[in-house]
Amino acid sequence: MVKLPSIGVLAAEGTAEIVQVGGWFLSNVWIIPAIPAASFFAILFFGKRMPRGGSELGIAAVAASLVLALCTVGQWISTVNGAHGAAVEPVVNRWTWWVAGGVDFQLGTLVDGLAVALLFVVTAVSLLVHVYSTDYVAGDVRYTHFFAFLSLFTASMLFFVLAENTIQMIVGWELVGVCSFVLIGHWWEEKPNSDAALKAFLTNRVGDVGLLVGVSVLFFAAGGTFSILEINTKALGGEIGHTLLLVSALCLLAAVISKSGQFFLHTWLPDAMAGPTPVSALIHAATMVVAGVYLVARLYGVFFEGMVIAGSSINALALIGGLTTLVGASLAFVQNDIKRVLAYSTISQLGYMVMALGVGAWTAAVFHLFTHAFFKACLFLGSGSVSHAVHSFDMKADMGGLRRHMPHTYRTFLIASLALAGLPPLAGFWSKDEILAGTGGWGVFGGTGGNGAYTAMLVMGMVTAALTAAYMTRCVYLTFFGRYRGHGHPHESGRRITVPLWILAVFAVGAGWTNLPKGFQIVPKSWTEQFGHFVEPAAAEGFYFPKIAHATPSWTLAIVSILVVLAGGGLAFGYYALVDRRAKAGGPATELADGPTSRWAPARLGHTLLAQKYYLDHLYTGIVAKGTAGPVARGAYWFNQHGIDEVVNQAGRKAVAAGHVVYDRIDQKVIDGVVNTAGAASHGAGEELRRMQTGKVQQYAGVMFVASVVLAAALILVL
Amino acid sequence: MDAFLNGWGLTLVTFVPLVGAALVMALPAGRELQLKAAALGASLVTALFAVLLLARFSVSRAGELQYVVDRPWIDVINSRYIMGIDGISLPLVLLTALIVPLCIVYSFGHFPEPRNPKSFLALLLVLETGMIGTFVAQDLILFFVFFEVVLLPMYFMIGVWGGENRRYAAIKFFLYTLFGSALMLVSFLAMFFLADGTLAGLEAARTFDMRALSGGATAAIARTSQLWIFAGMFLGFGIKVPMFPFHTWLPDAHTEAPTVGSVILAAVLLKLGTYGFVRVAVPMLPEAAAAWAPVIGLLAVVGIIYGALGCLAQRDLKRLIAFSSVAHMGFVMLGIATLTPFGINAAVFGMVAHGLITGMLFFLAGSVKDRYHTLEMSRLGGLLQQAPRMGWILGFCAMASLGLPGLAGFWGEFPAILASYNPAEILNEAVFRAYMVIAALGTVLAAGYLLWMLQKTAFGNAREEFADSPDVNDTTRREWLAWAPLLVLIVVLGFYPRLLHEATDPAVRESLQVEAVGGAPGDCLEVQRGEDCFEQLRRAGAQASSNSGSGR
Repeated sequence: MVKLPSIGVLAAEGTAEIVQVGGWFLSNVWIIPAIPAASFFAILFFGKRMPRGGSELGIAAVAASLVLALCTVGQWISTVNGAHGAAVEPVVNRWTWWVAGGVDFQLGTLVDGLAVALLFVVTAVSLLVHVYSTDYVAGDVRYTHFFAFLSLFTASMLFFVLAENTIQMIVGWELVGVCSFVLIGHWWEEKPNSDAALKAFLTNRVGDVGLLVGVSVLFFAAGGTFSILEINTKALGGEIGHTLLLVSALCLLAAVISKSGQFFLHTWLPDAMAGPTPVSALIHAATMVVAGVYLVARLYGVFFEGMVIAGSSINALALIGGLTTLVGASLAFVQNDIKRVLAYSTISQLGYMVMALGVGAWTAAVFHLFTHAFFKACLFLGSGSVSHAVHSFDMKADMGGLRRHMPHTYRTFLIASLALAGLPPLAGFWSKDEILAGTGGWGVFGGTGGNGAYTAMLVMGMVTAALTAAYMTRCVYLTFFGRYRGHGHPHESGRRITVPLWILAVFAVGAGWTNLPKGFQIVPKSWTEQFGHFVEPAAAEGFYFPKIAHATPSWTLAIVSILVVLAGGGLAFGYYALVDRRAKAGGPATELADGPTSRWAPARLGHTLLAQKYYLDHLYTGIVAKGTAGPVARGAYWFNQHGIDEVVNQAGRKAVAAGHVVYDRIDQKVIDGVVNTAGAASHGAGEELRRMQTGKVQQYAGVMFVASVVLAAALILVL
Repeated sequence: MDAFLNGWGLTLVTFVPLVGAALVMALPAGRELQLKAAALGASLVTALFAVLLLARFSVSRAGELQYVVDRPWIDVINSRYIMGIDGISLPLVLLTALIVPLCIVYSFGHFPEPRNPKSFLALLLVLETGMIGTFVAQDLILFFVFFEVVLLPMYFMIGVWGGENRRYAAIKFFLYTLFGSALMLVSFLAMFFLADGTLAGLEAARTFDMRALSGGATAAIARTSQLWIFAGMFLGFGIKVPMFPFHTWLPDAHTEAPTVGSVILAAVLLKLGTYGFVRVAVPMLPEAAAAWAPVIGLLAVVGIIYGALGCLAQRDLKRLIAFSSVAHMGFVMLGIATLTPFGINAAVFGMVAHGLITGMLFFLAGSVKDRYHTLEMSRLGGLLQQAPRMGWILGFCAMASLGLPGLAGFWGEFPAILASYNPAEILNEAVFRAYMVIAALGTVLAAGYLLWMLQKTAFGNAREEFADSPDVNDTTRREWLAWAPLLVLIVVLGFYPRLLHEATDPAVRESLQVEAVGGAPGDCLEVQRGEDCFEQLRRAGAQASSNSGSGR
């Protein structure tokens, strides 16, 4: 274990200094994932015998992790403050895990601002989800097992976040994937659920190919190391050729695309909603799906150099992210299942983050990851609360008018929706606006800065902002306004559900204030950009983080984006106000009878395209998966049985025929006596042997032996 | 104690099972309990010796052979009774010594039809002698004898206790592997005549001593001859592995074999082939290995994809697992083909991991068959509901098999992929990088067929036809006893791969060390223009052997 001095200032070669720090919590951070890992085994083996089925263990473990995470956050903040603007060296502790063939596999922890931020998000959301779940899955057949896997997921995610090297990232990455698989398929009795679980796992496996290859390439490119810091430093220091960086960045991008639900491998994420809602909130909104974003943020040196982020106007990362925001937001429009709306919304927001990383707005991306975790978890848990009341997720068929029945759920859901839509002063506004500003493609609005002129990304981001406001308006209207269309009497959920909702709602409001833009004169200057200050590593020569240009915020841009949001939301609001009015007069309650889709053919076409999810599912499931498992696999197997195996069988038959020739013509006639002796011996071999047709076997063996002797002789003579 | 182990340890660990088999044969057939006790006792004593060998094994010297015995055996052909283990053999000996008692425990209480526990147990023990003997033998003739000893018991096991199509499967298994063995024997003989033992410090020129043959005795063999000799071994070992396209005996043998037979086949028998590559073919003929490596690699990656596609086409659970072996052994062979210490370490790890995991899967398939009397996946379903523990174990093993990090399978798979990015210097990088990508794609298919299998058998509601079946119960105590060690090892090796690598790494490095002969530089595998280096080596070797007067 590498012991670091507690605080010492090292003079770096370049302009800024690099400060090495230490501290008990920063050095012993491995305990944080170890606690839930232990609780996984404890729940698995003893959970059923505990009074609350093991959930108490899970909650205690995650709570302990949260406390430790908070201490770690505190220690990090104080060390950054103590560094007075110098670059702070991440705290690394590592041990040799195993060595083979000269390759050293390490196991360790890496703590810096990014890791610390994620530690907090994961443990906080996980704890709230744990508490929520005690009510939500109460009475479930596999209650204990559910909590065991929540624990394992938390442990794996924390392990991933703290990974010191790329191998650990792979391990964490796959483990969270398995937890996701198990929890999506929690109710595996129903085929659609297990189908969804399989789809999630397999789609992610496709991306994992990129991860495995990318990590391998990086390992050799960086001169035989898995260490994240070393790889980044070498990538930034020009020690790795550009082609290798590009190849590995593209390979890793494939992994990001699958894990973080980016277009075109996003299709598993909406299906993953088959899992219990708390799982959707924790895994498929707040934490696991951001693993891809985290991967890019972690290995940013590789992406920054490989994709030439500084100074270009388009790259694969930004493009994929931008397209994803649009695809997700457009698909969210046509969903009737409230969780699917949120799932597509998650896809769209993850697109924002990836796009932000692609345009060089690193802090904005991580900041959006941070705020999004809270408001999206709040929305998911809210939708779960609603479904608890109406026993359905179908907004059109079973919801409506719930604001009167479920005041807490309604209020928190509305707050989180506004945060997601990006209205000031809620969390989503600040982070989304920082991303838009970071595109740098906004010379039109009078700002400066950024890493290039990513105008296309700015446009995509703006359009998505409008769409987001509109689909969330639709979602809130269909759920909470209008007439109640379900059966039975909906009721507000219990405290264990509403309290977590309120806590998350508070974060949905306040999380954005951690990183107020600098030019924002309403608050004192020391309050601004705090998140970035503590999370973003200060650039120094020979450091692991690139020197990225920061965009200066622009009032104009902020006002335009607010107007865009209002326009999107307003249009949807107007539409549903009309629906409401018509509904009261006896019209349909959820849409206009004579809406644009019924009157205008292109709109109808567009609607079909969206309803069919751009036909991607047909392509993947219908053609790729069915094709491989069907005709291709059957063809290969046919070839196996009738091609390769036929050769073997024919060879066997021919050998038998040859054996007969040898036996009948030569053996019997020429060396009769010898054969008779052998025959007598084989008769003596007994009942079983005869049943087994050993006569033949011995013949074969004889032929083989003769053949081998002949061959040996030939070989020796020839050589 | 040490003196005893040094002199007798390997002989005992090899032949105690054979003594056990004789004992079992001597007991009356009616006394089933005594038979079982004798068989289990013999296998446990073997395991005890294996553990003792492990305990006194010097890990720091894992690259050298330990507990070496060297006695005259067949003087006419200068074949000697040489045994010894290093870090590569040790894990495989332990694996064998572990699997056999577990198999005996598992078959307690229900021997497959037509029962006859006496012969069954005796065969099992003979098999153990053959398997362990192969891993400890250090003389090619001794190696060959043990290699062949394995055939007959397995042949009877499939042919007598197997499924409906057992005769065909048994004969196919026997003949196919025998065919390979014949070619292998030819290669051994050729090496005997062509190699020069004096180059490795022996007195006689003609030798079967494996230490000498991999220690420089083959240096002077002409390149063409080396290529042909390697080809013979390639076929012999490749059929046993089995490598695509020599794999077709495997699905039949596995499908028809009784559960225990399948387990041993998967866990140990297939490793005889890969062990042959690691122990015999590659270290003895490094130059030929380098020449053949692209072919081996190609067949390996084809096997990975092809085996996976074969799995996807299966309707029978057991046959699916059998085909998955073709894919998994593809990863092992890919690791070997890189000819780097890292790749071969990965291969040895993969061998052990595959033995544990696929062995476990075959146990499970057997237990599913006991309960449902069918392995037709379309008729199965809801295992998790009817036998939740077994369902979970099946899920666990499927995850381990698809290479989940944290479980043993991953450390055989990913390092093989990693190694092929950067094969030995003498090999073509671009070709192996292409192999790497194909192999990585294979992991998707692996997840596909395993999860699909899991979905079909474990998920969903219990089928109506079996809903009230009295046979369908959860894991029994006997099954737990047989499975627990394997399950624990899968997790332990997954978390702490070092356990194996500590032993294998020095031995693998040692085996890849090309000996310098007569002033020529060794280590030609790690040189850019390795062919020239080998040519130099050969000339030096020829010179040296004509000097000593033993050249032909």
